[in-house]
Amino acid sequence: MRLITAVIKPFKLDDVKAALETLGVHGLTVSEASGYGRQGGHTEVYRGAEYQVDLVPKLRVEVVCDDDDADDLIDAIVAASRTGKIGDGKVWSVPVETLVRVRTGERGTAAI
Amino acid sequence: MPPLPAMPAMPPAFSAGDTAWVMISAALVMLMIPGLALFYGGMVRAKSALNMLMMSISCLAVVTVVWLLYGYSLAFGPDAYGGLIGTLKYAGMDGIGVHNLSGSVPTLVFASFQLMFAAITTALLSGSIADRAKFGSWLVFVAAWATAVYFPVAHWVFDSNGGHGGWIVDHLHTLDLAGGTAVEINSGASGLALALVLGKRIGFKRDPMRPHSLPLVVLGGGLLWFGWFGFNAGSALTSGGLAGVAFFNTQVAGAAGVLGWLAVEKRRDGHATTLGAVSGAVAGLVGITPACGSVNPLGALLIGALAGVACSYAVGLKFRFGYDDSLDVAGVHGVGGIVGTLLIGVLATAAVTGHARGLAFGGGFAQLGRQAVAVVAVGAYAFVVTWLIAKGIDRWIGFRVSRDDELAGLDLLLHGESAYDIGTHTAGIGHRIIGGHGHHPGGAADTQVVASSKGESVSATIRP
Repeated sequence: MRLITAVIKPFKLDDVKAALETLGVHGLTVSEASGYGRQGGHTEVYRGAEYQVDLVPKLRVEVVCDDDDADDLIDAIVAASRTGKIGDGKVWSVPVETLVRVRTGERGTAAI
Repeated sequence: MPPLPAMPAMPPAFSAGDTAWVMISAALVMLMIPGLALFYGGMVRAKSALNMLMMSISCLAVVTVVWLLYGYSLAFGPDAYGGLIGTLKYAGMDGIGVHNLSGSVPTLVFASFQLMFAAITTALLSGSIADRAKFGSWLVFVAAWATAVYFPVAHWVFDSNGGHGGWIVDHLHTLDLAGGTAVEINSGASGLALALVLGKRIGFKRDPMRPHSLPLVVLGGGLLWFGWFGFNAGSALTSGGLAGVAFFNTQVAGAAGVLGWLAVEKRRDGHATTLGAVSGAVAGLVGITPACGSVNPLGALLIGALAGVACSYAVGLKFRFGYDDSLDVAGVHGVGGIVGTLLIGVLATAAVTGHARGLAFGGGFAQLGRQAVAVVAVGAYAFVVTWLIAKGIDRWIGFRVSRDDELAGLDLLLHGESAYDIGTHTAGIGHRIIGGHGHHPGGAADTQVVASSKGESVSATIRP
């Protein structure tokens, strides 16, 4: 099993969600995140004083999937979240050792 | 219906209409204080927002007490010497009863109206030292400043008494209906002195200190604008034509201030901002405060727009010269007050004043000179005396919190509260009631909140 994490532009969530649903994903976790990469931050002006805001708001999307599905899902997320402009985000995956569905106690891929 | 008890007959000069309007105006000005609290509170960082609110609200409390004990008498008691200060004849409001009139309104109504001015003017100063003052020291400062600065200056400017009142209004004949000098320049110059004594916030010019809630700033600014109708039109002290002119001019100048400030911002910074709109409104309203009873509506339009433009530039001076007037008390109230007070000398028209005329209406430089003397006298007196008071308090009990406390934020440290707990589902998680009179009778004695005195974190654990 693998955990896919995608940090994306907030307005791309609907596209990413739709793309994953067409591939049969029926559960994901979304949280608000902030950070910076090549995009850097932006400037804001208050009473004429310019402030550099380093941390840009993003969404973090997390999905656990079967090893065989990981590449397809990653490709789908990348395609759905790309605008071609700087700040589109990153997607990565890591191996998952244990997964338990809390309600039933099912373990492993059955819990996906 | 049982017969009403016989009311004492009022003296012939009494006017019910004037009294009603001045009472309403006093309440309107009172509303400016929570308005100012929100206006300032929204502009600071969330970790010290409550302290900012408390600095305003505490003025309402402290100034009311000193006003009744001796402040009213110092400002509006019989002149002691040369129009400089009143005597203590009315200390404790002694001898002022139901029948006493000030003009056509009961003296206690007039005293209530003027009390609100004293309270809001003092509260204005708090913006210059946001995020770094000890609360107890602030309370001491409020009482001392009201006593040594506001009450005398209010006597100079507001105690019009047929040639026997304050020197600025009765001897110099400066025109200042609602306090361009006594309120605006007074608070601006004093705020500058206070900011210089306390020093810069840690991280000034380095860290972003963004306003944490612009909606609060808009709400507070809106309440200020609303209350300003009482502030300016109430200063007529009658409910007639002068109040009407002042009311209309107030609206015009507030609107012009918004447009003036936004025009500068759009050209200079690229965006017309929310903070700029509200700041511009306040700048325009400050500008018209002295002039609302001396100029016609086109004059008010000009004063409001010029105040908006001037203040939008003036707020940048603190970065150039390196003083931390945090919320621009000098930049908005000082500069806007100077613009309005001086422009009376240009734009005053006999059609409104009945006599005095400015430069543009054939009055020559005479009125402008009177205005300038008042600007310099009030500004210099306020700056020097405030500097001395603040230095004295700093030497005596310390005026500024420690570095660690300032960085952690003042709310937890000084008030034991935090402004926000707003996660939709996570708010309150990990909090438990462990004592307090409202919840656990008898439970408070043997429990204690484990909280860092530095205000770094609070845990709701019980330590028996």
